[in-house]
Amino acid sequence: MTQNNRLSSGGRIDRSQPLTFTFNGKQYQGFKGDTVASALLANGVDIVGRSFKYSRPRGVIAAGAEEPNAILQMGATEATQVPNVRATQQELFDGLVCQVTNGWPSAEFDVMGLVGKAGGSFMPPGFYYKTFMYPQSMWDTYEKCIRKAAGLGRSPRENDPDIYDHINQHVDVMIVGGGAAGLAAALSASRSGARVILADEQAELGGSLLHASESIDGRPASEWAAEVIAQLEACDNVQLLPRSTVNGYHDHNFLTIHQRCTDHLLDCAPIGQARQRMHRVRAKWVVLATGAHERPLVFANNDVPGCMLASAVTTYIKRYSVVPGERLVLMTTNDSAYQAAFDWAESGRFVVAIVDTRAHPGGDVIDEANRRGLKVIAGSAVIEVKGSKRVTGVSVSAINQLGDKALGPVKHLTCDTVASSGGWSPAVHLSCHTGSRPVWRDDVIGFVPGNSQQKQLTAGAINGTAALSTCLQEGFQAGREAAINAGFDTVPSISLPKVDERHIGAAMALFHIPHSKPTSRAPKQFVDFQTDVTAAGIEIATREGYESIEHVKRYTAMGFGTDQGKLGNINGMAIAAKSMNKTIPETGTTIFRPNYTPVTFGAVAGRHCGELFDPKRYSAMHSWHLKNGALFEDVGLWKRPWYFPQAGESMQESLNRECKAAREGVAILDASTLGKIDIQGKDAREFLGRIYTNAWAKLAIGKCRYGLMCGEDGMVFDDGVTACLADDHFVMTTTTGGAARVLEWLELYHQTEWPEMEVYFNTVTDQWSTMTISGPNSRKLLSELTGDIDLSRDAFKFMDWHEGTVAGVPARVFRISFTGELSFEVNVPANYGLYVWEKVFEHGAKYNLTPYGTETMHILRAEKGFIIAGQDTDGSVTPIDLGMDWCVSNQKPYSYIGKRGMNREDCLRKNRKQLVGLKTKRSDVVIPEGSQAVADPNEPVPMTMLGHITSSYYSACLGRSIAMGMIRDGFERMGQTVYYPQPDGSVIEAEICSPIFLDPKGERQNV
Amino acid sequence: MNKYSGFGLLKHGLSYHENWQRAWRNPKPKAKYDVVIVGGGGHGLATAYYLAKVHGVTNIAVVEKGYLGGGNTARNTTIVRSNYLWDESAHLYEHAMKLWEGLSQDLNYNVMFSQRGVLNLGHTLQDMRDIQRRVNANRLNGIDGEVLDTQQVQEIVPIMDCSANTRYPVLGASWQPRAGVARHDAVAWGYARAADALGVDLIQQCEVDDIITEDGAAVAVHTKQHGLIKADRIGCVVAGNSSVLAKMAGFSLPLESHPLQALVSEPIKPILDTVVMSNHVHGYVSQSDKGDLVIGAGIDGYNGYGQRGSYSTIEHTVQAIIELFPIFSRVRMNRQWGGIVDTCPDACPIISDTPVENLFFNCGWGTGGFKATPGSGHVFAATLAKGEAHELAKPFSMFRFNDGSLIDEHGAAGVAH
Repeated sequence: MTQNNRLSSGGRIDRSQPLTFTFNGKQYQGFKGDTVASALLANGVDIVGRSFKYSRPRGVIAAGAEEPNAILQMGATEATQVPNVRATQQELFDGLVCQVTNGWPSAEFDVMGLVGKAGGSFMPPGFYYKTFMYPQSMWDTYEKCIRKAAGLGRSPRENDPDIYDHINQHVDVMIVGGGAAGLAAALSASRSGARVILADEQAELGGSLLHASESIDGRPASEWAAEVIAQLEACDNVQLLPRSTVNGYHDHNFLTIHQRCTDHLLDCAPIGQARQRMHRVRAKWVVLATGAHERPLVFANNDVPGCMLASAVTTYIKRYSVVPGERLVLMTTNDSAYQAAFDWAESGRFVVAIVDTRAHPGGDVIDEANRRGLKVIAGSAVIEVKGSKRVTGVSVSAINQLGDKALGPVKHLTCDTVASSGGWSPAVHLSCHTGSRPVWRDDVIGFVPGNSQQKQLTAGAINGTAALSTCLQEGFQAGREAAINAGFDTVPSISLPKVDERHIGAAMALFHIPHSKPTSRAPKQFVDFQTDVTAAGIEIATREGYESIEHVKRYTAMGFGTDQGKLGNINGMAIAAKSMNKTIPETGTTIFRPNYTPVTFGAVAGRHCGELFDPKRYSAMHSWHLKNGALFEDVGLWKRPWYFPQAGESMQESLNRECKAAREGVAILDASTLGKIDIQGKDAREFLGRIYTNAWAKLAIGKCRYGLMCGEDGMVFDDGVTACLADDHFVMTTTTGGAARVLEWLELYHQTEWPEMEVYFNTVTDQWSTMTISGPNSRKLLSELTGDIDLSRDAFKFMDWHEGTVAGVPARVFRISFTGELSFEVNVPANYGLYVWEKVFEHGAKYNLTPYGTETMHILRAEKGFIIAGQDTDGSVTPIDLGMDWCVSNQKPYSYIGKRGMNREDCLRKNRKQLVGLKTKRSDVVIPEGSQAVADPNEPVPMTMLGHITSSYYSACLGRSIAMGMIRDGFERMGQTVYYPQPDGSVIEAEICSPIFLDPKGERQNV
Repeated sequence: MNKYSGFGLLKHGLSYHENWQRAWRNPKPKAKYDVVIVGGGGHGLATAYYLAKVHGVTNIAVVEKGYLGGGNTARNTTIVRSNYLWDESAHLYEHAMKLWEGLSQDLNYNVMFSQRGVLNLGHTLQDMRDIQRRVNANRLNGIDGEVLDTQQVQEIVPIMDCSANTRYPVLGASWQPRAGVARHDAVAWGYARAADALGVDLIQQCEVDDIITEDGAAVAVHTKQHGLIKADRIGCVVAGNSSVLAKMAGFSLPLESHPLQALVSEPIKPILDTVVMSNHVHGYVSQSDKGDLVIGAGIDGYNGYGQRGSYSTIEHTVQAIIELFPIFSRVRMNRQWGGIVDTCPDACPIISDTPVENLFFNCGWGTGGFKATPGSGHVFAATLAKGEAHELAKPFSMFRFNDGSLIDEHGAAGVAH
């Protein structure tokens, strides 16, 4: 097929750059500067899709963001598929591949179309709520069929090869829309020196100026636009962003701009370039110059391919040099649409008639139509379209001036294109994103932006302004005002150019064209094309009591399409209002929300995917762990060594070896990931006392103490050891996963509850590398590495810390133990971490120093009955439940967080769930963690659960399995048997015991 | 009430759908009712329905400041499951689940309850311990559930990235086959229609601006549009505004109101047949029957009543979804929105009497109220009918925060928050 509908000259396309593209497997030609839609129309393609519910053939209806029909699947490869591309917004490039999203075997001949024809009358809005219920068992089958009909395009099945960027911007004036008002605003704002961003969704700035018939200062409007754009481009303080849609306007003047960087070039971005970019903009002031969308009229069979918006006809002719048909009938309620007929006639094709719904249209355009010899049929309307795959003609009838009755007689006109215009709806979407409700204006016949809480101005057609001169004036004014408001005092005013424009006559408020039959019996009159919502459907909804406009929307699906009702919503609201004898403002609008047009998920995510989804934190010794075969566990953001398997070992064998090394020789753990918070200030000590449940008043310099932290509810949420460095200086350790949360917690309490306290917090987790050397030989090993710390039992007592050097590096050494063995925790500046670690191994070789990971750490501490906050606790246990009353002080002169909570009636109850040890009857059976305990394994479901297993291991040192768990009234049930039913039906029997399995007197650490 | 059926649809089709009855009346309020329910969302409408149906109390008004089902009923991500950890919540949500299973037939309104299963993913060893614990508890409570390993998860969701290369590899999941999604609006409408048929007055555009008490007992609500409406008992089911109503009655609730956001993609052909939730990477997704990917975000940290949220929350959610489903990167996000959730300190609801006699509250469902709709309405109806808490509602008294008998469903229950 050749480009039959392409005129031989004119338009803004580049005829020197012909492009080849594929649509539905067939090759076509277009030009650089085309959209996919303009290229398809140039080639005479009528059907671009099948409708969702009735499978009716559909053609291109609009030329911009409001297009509901031309929604294509695009992509040359599986990985580059993009579903639901709006053909009117996608620029053509060479090699572009696209196809329709619905229709089998093809959109031209769709089998489902027959079903739509036959069954259409039985699929009113919400029909699925009324059927598919009986028999109940069939619903799954029904739903499969319903789902099959769902969706437009398809998701790719392979991963996206492209990358996406984010950029943060701060500007004085953000201007949305690069049409007449937006350009004017940018020009005047830029003169003040303010930093300005002007974003427009189209490839070319200029908006309607690019195809306007008016002249500015005696030249075509497009020339004026080009000159202004050139001036703006020359300004350092102005950033022009074409192909950039402001898709969301959020609180505090935060806007997001979705920029398509390479979608107009290739299927997939060139290597090294981002396909799209999200600008996250914080603006001092915002000027919305978003223009307006033309409304189509609602009439019978108004969805037959060949039915278009009047302004779209003009756009295709003037910008793309495409006339989408031979014989035009134009129906309008206003003057602006006449231009489409003039453009049509000028391109040498035939205007059958201009059907004007107004009885006495009176603007300059009428004279011009007469001058051009075009036939104007006033006081009439196109009540019905003939044709199925393309318009073949229309029925025209006189209508009354209320617009609710076709008076007849009905005349038939032969044509292949019907352009319609019901006036213009201001594009209030972004204004509404901020929570502002739009306001109806009878003179505009549309909603304009309501009061805004944001620092926001509006200019141009968004205000309902029709005349170009006024749009420019509003633009200049808004740009100037925004700059002044943003703090720029010298803003030169710009003299308004002279615009040669027509006198505009009054428009008629008409949305729904009456038919000679009632709406319920007339052929379908479409309101929302993409979701197949008809005028009759809206009437059914209100008849059934779905009267709120939100109910109408949700019941009929009006506005649920990918255009979010840009084309049809106002018509739908008008029809709903009429059917309930209400006014449009009484009925109101649904709420416009982001996105203005759909945004690629990848662009929203930016680079924060895959490797960069969350930062990975590594200790300074990570490379050593890798070299030594560690497997890793994710704990918080950290990659912690889980265990260090040696060749041929099973996991349990590795753990057995690591555990035995710690108990019998010497072993080492990388504990760098534990949170470390440096706390200073004269009130630091008291602050600790308020945060922790235990006492801190007497902790001497050089001493450490274990502490428990609770929430306000009295439930344990973190724990760790804190050392006293000076009377006003402490270092707190936290769990690895809880570090950030604890720091926030301290800050929260300090900043909001106790701001009078002088205390400062700083995370030092990354500043220190921590290695725990544990086992009977630990003192011997460490003494080889330090000359200035006396490690002897009496000089360096349990829970002491000393400063000195280890391997020649300044170090803080703590004698604390999470394993129950003699144990030293060596802290050195992180930059020396790996060096010291390797030095320890140099000396440790003769002791068979063994590295161990988190799993062995868990076993060793469980043998001693030490808890892990977050594993043995779950936000529902008090210190008392853990048997840790020794860690709660009620002697403090002030309260502490959680005191009141844990002293509530239910928390003091005797038979709460309590942490106990559990020994299985069979010593080799390890109870799976998470198993639930019951007293009677034969009780029918639902069973009475007593508690669950929190930690469970095979202990090589004890030669049997051990477990910790919560048991209701556990402290009183020592020696009793409980049962753990397993998913496979088996039951594990265990005896309740003390959770301290090894060395209950704590002698081992005291050697 | 005319029964809905396929045959009825045919019949109405032949008469051009001109004779459909109203799904509910639009009555003027009477001066006095036995029970006034404040809040015409799913929970309030379900309460009215079960009051009328189960307890024979039909002199009821539901007063709604906006339109029926227009609050969080209209805004949630429609997930229904009952795999909660603690007995108290498990029994409540399972009670709801059982009602869900025959709800379309009971209401004669297809709520499109689709039992396509819910996966709660585990990404860390602790996640897996919690999953084991919860599934064991579920099974012993008679609630279906299984622990799946990575391979089994991959078989159910072939398009998810279950490889070891991701930042937080999927280690496994809990799987509740009976869980799924439902058509949220239809739930409100179905209850509204069925309640109306039993004589309940549904009064829209009727905003309560005061609760009138005499001698410590509630006697009436005052409304902006219709003045006083008296009632023997008043039940407040006003998610997002519970504290505001409580203040009118002179007490406070342990609630915080936060924006919670959700978003949808453009409609795409069926590709995801189940519901996938991940607490760890913080996102959940299912695909609606219309084809949209329905994606839930986390709550915003700050408090607020504006039904919008922070963009950064949307970004994090989308990042999580792409982390799980990298193939969705080129799919496009159509729309985002927000609702206001009332969250309790223990992530469990309040279904309770109050310090004011004859005044009852059903609130604090946080991010997860939709799934409970039938159960919540059912037990609250019993509570309102008898003036004392239904057995399943008893643990959810607002006074539990005084005595400490909390039911902490954070984290361990897979509560997405």
